[in-house]
Amino acid sequence: MASTTAPASATRAVLRAEARLFAREPAALFWVMASPTVLLVILGLVPSLREASDDLGGRRVIDVYVPVAVLFALIMAGLQAMPPVLAGYRERGILRRMSATPVRPAALLTAQLVLHAAAALVSSLLVVGVGRVAFGVALPGNLPGYLGALLLAVAVGLALGAAVCALSRTQRIATAVGTAVFFPTMFTAGVWVPVQVMPDTLRRIVEFSPYGAASRALDEAARGGWPGPLALGVMGVWAVALTAVAIRRFRWE
Amino acid sequence: MPMIEVRDLSKAYGERKAVDGVSFTVDEGEIFGILGPNGAGKTTTVECVAGLRTPDAGRVRVGGLDPVADHDRVTRLLGVQLQQSELQAKLTVREAMELYASFHERPADRRALAARLGLDAHLDVRFARLSGGQKQRLFIALALIGDPRAVVLDELTTGLDPRARRDTWDLVESLRADGVTVLLVTHVMEEAQRLCDRIAVIDRGRVTALDTPAGIIGRAATARVVSFAADSPLEAAELAALPGAADVTTREGRTVVTGTDATVDAFVSLLARRAVTVRGLRVTDATLDDAYLDLTT
Repeated sequence: MASTTAPASATRAVLRAEARLFAREPAALFWVMASPTVLLVILGLVPSLREASDDLGGRRVIDVYVPVAVLFALIMAGLQAMPPVLAGYRERGILRRMSATPVRPAALLTAQLVLHAAAALVSSLLVVGVGRVAFGVALPGNLPGYLGALLLAVAVGLALGAAVCALSRTQRIATAVGTAVFFPTMFTAGVWVPVQVMPDTLRRIVEFSPYGAASRALDEAARGGWPGPLALGVMGVWAVALTAVAIRRFRWE
Repeated sequence: MPMIEVRDLSKAYGERKAVDGVSFTVDEGEIFGILGPNGAGKTTTVECVAGLRTPDAGRVRVGGLDPVADHDRVTRLLGVQLQQSELQAKLTVREAMELYASFHERPADRRALAARLGLDAHLDVRFARLSGGQKQRLFIALALIGDPRAVVLDELTTGLDPRARRDTWDLVESLRADGVTVLLVTHVMEEAQRLCDRIAVIDRGRVTALDTPAGIIGRAATARVVSFAADSPLEAAELAALPGAADVTTREGRTVVTGTDATVDAFVSLLARRAVTVRGLRVTDATLDDAYLDLTT
């Protein structure tokens, strides 16, 4: 029934408008697109972190920090940048205004998810590229495996942000909850202590968290193997569960 | 077929009945006003018409379609300007109009619409930087951008200065000339009286009057006002006893009797019977304001 659906160009127009708006947020752009690479470069400037470490099985700290910085980009996009935008759109009646048009407000949410996913991916590739060029960090040994794990990690990261937004009534609450969840995710992503050098028991627990599992999957692919079924399974379960929470609990106004 | 039909509409939020059995129809090309105090259920009613809320009971049709079940098709017929909605802070006027135009297969001419609403000088201004009146005009533009057959305007002139208000009224009148049906929510009497073909007064979720503006004024208990200099020999008690008299007061040196046509007739007879005259006699019609205050609590 072509006559009852919005012009296909409408969805593209929403995406184009949201992309323009995204580009007008310098702070969000910095934190999502640039700060992970900045973090990597700062660590890379410390000479001792560029030396092989026995704790890491002969790898350097900078080597294991490339996937950490990648996950940091995902956390910034999914948990810090996206929830306030979505909650603000709801709080200020922007979604409501759009629901009185032939285009459903879901188009607006979809555009935001697509943009934050794209930003997280570009930021991740920047981290991997700068790691290779500036510090000689080997490219992932299993590139398809790495990309697969990365895409799944992006899905988990955005689902977590969407769930935070769904469970928060206002933009302020979304920002506060996002920040409260931010620190545990930073820890489990290995930002302070890489997951690979955590004590065994702690590491096993952390690997059941969304970002702990992502860290393990990326590490396995970086070392040339395929991400293991446990890490992928844990990420898959989180992605499905968080998406279900986000969809079931989201209020349009 | 009426363009908009609302029959026995009810909607409650928890325990509170916001709309309680509202019925009215709006004919094609008509400007229909919904008047009432804050919290009377005006906005809930038009939100049900726009398909933004699902009624608890009753029937709503726009162009013969159910606004909830046929939401997509109704959004093509019906433009909406809502209270309390915003746009993305950094979206410019031009971008907002382009975006909303892209939702429709045959949008209105954006440039002409912007000019008509005095937005052409602000096309590159971001939403957050617009004044209240400019935001309001942008929302009116977005309501009209799909070239709709009917339009809901909720608190149309809130935040507009007197000149912008009159320009907006001219715009609504030109919509009538184009055959567009208008459902107008307002609490500005002057606006209702000037624009509306018919008005429904809603109070506490119910329609308390539905008529032309003149009809509503005429039906009110205080439709006519008789006033004269206070130095007359007539007693307040005998004035209050006139048929249909609602109120007798003295203010600013004048005695003021409010009532109906019957009150005026009886007053003239009274003067003749008592063989007295009064100075400065005036008989005036009540305003819609007076009638409104009469019909709402």
